[in-house]
Amino acid sequence: MRDILIQLAYLLAAFLFLIALRALGKPDTARRGMQLAAFGMAVGVVATLLNARIVSFEWILVGSLIGAVAGYPLGKWVPMTAMPQRIALSHALGALAATLVGIGEYYNGLSAGHLGRGHVMALGFEVLLGGLTVTGSLMAFGKLQEILPGRPLTFRGQNAFNLTILAIGVASLAWLVVDPTNVVAAGVMLAVSLAVAVLLVLPIGGADMPVVVSLLNSYAGLAAVATGFAIDNNILIIVGALDGLSGFILLVAMSKAMNRSFANVLFGAFGSAAVAGDGGSPGAGGEMAPISAEDAALRMAYADKVVVVPGYGLAVPQAQHQVRELADLIEKRGGEVRFAIHPVAGRMPGHMNVLLAEAGVPYDKLVDMEDINEKFAETDVVLVVGANDVVNPAAKTNPSSPIYGMPILKVAEARSVIALKRGRGAGFSGVENDLFVDPKTSMLFGDAKQSLITLGLEIKIA
Amino acid sequence: MNSTTLIQLFVFLLAGFVGFQAISRIPPLLHTPLMAATNAISGISLVASLVLAGSHAGVLAIVLGTVAVACAMANVVGGFLITDRMLAMFKRADADKGEDATGVAAE
Repeated sequence: MRDILIQLAYLLAAFLFLIALRALGKPDTARRGMQLAAFGMAVGVVATLLNARIVSFEWILVGSLIGAVAGYPLGKWVPMTAMPQRIALSHALGALAATLVGIGEYYNGLSAGHLGRGHVMALGFEVLLGGLTVTGSLMAFGKLQEILPGRPLTFRGQNAFNLTILAIGVASLAWLVVDPTNVVAAGVMLAVSLAVAVLLVLPIGGADMPVVVSLLNSYAGLAAVATGFAIDNNILIIVGALDGLSGFILLVAMSKAMNRSFANVLFGAFGSAAVAGDGGSPGAGGEMAPISAEDAALRMAYADKVVVVPGYGLAVPQAQHQVRELADLIEKRGGEVRFAIHPVAGRMPGHMNVLLAEAGVPYDKLVDMEDINEKFAETDVVLVVGANDVVNPAAKTNPSSPIYGMPILKVAEARSVIALKRGRGAGFSGVENDLFVDPKTSMLFGDAKQSLITLGLEIKIA
Repeated sequence: MNSTTLIQLFVFLLAGFVGFQAISRIPPLLHTPLMAATNAISGISLVASLVLAGSHAGVLAIVLGTVAVACAMANVVGGFLITDRMLAMFKRADADKGEDATGVAAE
């Protein structure tokens, strides 16, 4: 009876989770949907406390309190600009929970003396994927938080070395399935899973982090699926499948937006190769034409249609509020302002949308790449704020460029372009950008936030 | 392979299919909230941690279980809060006019 009650609660929770994901299809319904999901979560957790295996509650209480106290600031206080590392951290936490449960269940089975092959296989996958996600996500967190250097770290024979280590991990999993009570095999597998993710993330540069974060999202989900198989729990299988798939769908979307196979992202060590291979001055060459803030402001103040292209350079100085104020000033004068969002702008899927929404930009002004690309031809001024690769025409014109083939925002079709840029250097991926030497383009050098403030002041008096 | 495992495979397959239908329809606009949301929901692995922490199966199991409960609970609490915070920021242009300065005031 108790068991049936628990299962029915899980069924309800699973149903509400699916409703929530459907509601996420539209901004208007998304919030209500997630509230339903939170309710479903509460129902599932409370029902679990009826489980006959639970005999005491003191440690549950201790763990829950610590978790809730740690979770509150993670939910309420983390600034929107820190969202990518916040998400990476929570992948690490979720995967750590799965890994620890896997180890604990294995230990329980070992001491009770009943470990079936199927059971051990599920636990093995859980620990392998979980461990990998824990250290991989912590590495991603370190790179995004800039505790670790964001540039790719490479050494000779890196890929062969990593693949060998990964093969040892898979081999020890197989060994464990053949011989379930072999603690050495279990230990080797755990060690490998923790080590290999560090090695795999090391050579991946900051600009490729959206792909890595999506991939780790997917692994965290698969670890949850394995947990579900290991402890015969359907809701974990369902939720894990949803989580894993969502990560996978984002992964495919990101890879497509960079026109790279995801194997290329994982093993390509993008940034370093680009610097080495393309350090000279490819393409047209030419000089960047600087513009004063006063002239730039005049041009925008009298424009009918303005498109702002935000990039990671907007997120770093937290300039989203300044860009919104600037947009408001232009609109007050009768101009129309839209924001062009490239799928891989920023450090995670949807990064720019969240930042601009935080600053109060209505979401119908945030336009996806495919839709905005048709409109550049009728745009008077494009303002590029801290974006580089996503507007680089070399992606279309220069087959030797490392970003060749990547879909870009067709900024060069607009009547004129103003690009905010810190200095004259190359972009994050080390690729020169022909857009900046295009005769249509004027460069406004300086800190993005400061430039936006100055532009705002100048437009007010224009 | 026993019948339970088989049923679980069916559940996995069907959940994956339904999930694919729902998730593919989510616009890029909401991809960050989607990540936060799936994170929060996958905090349901809390139920596995609860059972481990609450069953008296030795010190190691209790320690592992308690840490796991803390991690999963942090994801549940933090995940749902931050998803809600994010989704509350997505507003339409017409709804925006009345409360112009709210986004800035939060900073």
